[in-house]
Amino acid sequence: MEITYRDLITVLHGMGFGTLFMLAFSGAIGVIYTTAVVGPGSQTSRWNARMFRFYLISMAVLAWLTVLSGAYIIYPWYRAVAPAGTTDLSGFPRQLLLSSPHTAGWHELGMEWKEHIAWFTPITMTMVAYVFLKYGPQLALHRHMRNAVLGFTAVAFFATAVSGGVGAFLNKVAPVRGGADIILLRVQ
Amino acid sequence: MDDRPLTNGPGGAAILAAGIGALALGVFAFAGDAVHWIGRAFSIWPPSGALSGVTTAAIAVWLGSWYWLARRWRGRTVALAWVNSAAFVMLLTGLLLTFPPFMDFLQGK
Repeated sequence: MEITYRDLITVLHGMGFGTLFMLAFSGAIGVIYTTAVVGPGSQTSRWNARMFRFYLISMAVLAWLTVLSGAYIIYPWYRAVAPAGTTDLSGFPRQLLLSSPHTAGWHELGMEWKEHIAWFTPITMTMVAYVFLKYGPQLALHRHMRNAVLGFTAVAFFATAVSGGVGAFLNKVAPVRGGADIILLRVQ
Repeated sequence: MDDRPLTNGPGGAAILAAGIGALALGVFAFAGDAVHWIGRAFSIWPPSGALSGVTTAAIAVWLGSWYWLARRWRGRTVALAWVNSAAFVMLLTGLLLTFPPFMDFLQGK
């Protein structure tokens, strides 16, 4: 069982950071809502608040790791330009997609939306984590702030769903491949 | 954590700054797409093209506005309903400006 280096990094970006982040969303909504319901002064809320802070900070870190690895490691591989005369464009996903009117939309709509919309997530989740760190159970006293945090979290979910979904399809149509082969397992 | 009730100023600053950062991202992405020389200027790290400058500039605007608002609203109570409305309008406008068909529509393509 082998995988190329670029495949491995792409998996880490999408399935490692991105999917883990997506899985954490329902927990984040629950964390924010629970904290707001329990409110300040509860004996159990201090321990929960500590764990919730760790949870939301982890989400923000995952969001940053996802966009940074995407923009600065994988995207340059995706948009690499093939030398003149190259007929096999499999190592140049952007050009491969644009070479056919049947697949050009995956770049012109899919990638061009994904590359930007993904960045809304770390910005909004950093704000959410900060507000939670700053206010914790006191969010129960600030209804408007709680609503804003939940609203921004919902938008971050949408942005992540779009970028993650498009990324998964792009990796089917024009996968980012190449680099050294990495042997995961030797099967006799 | 301090149990004294906190004013909403620092939270409002973070929320509004996130909205400003989102709008900046949308505006820069649109400008980079619509105007060739702006797109080239945003290419501060060629392997990633204009995306590198668009996102770096948006993050700078976001963090800069957050710092400025946080200093201004420290210890203050602000009208959070209005702050939220402004932040959400900016967030949704930023989202719309990154949507390629809407970018093309604005450019008359």
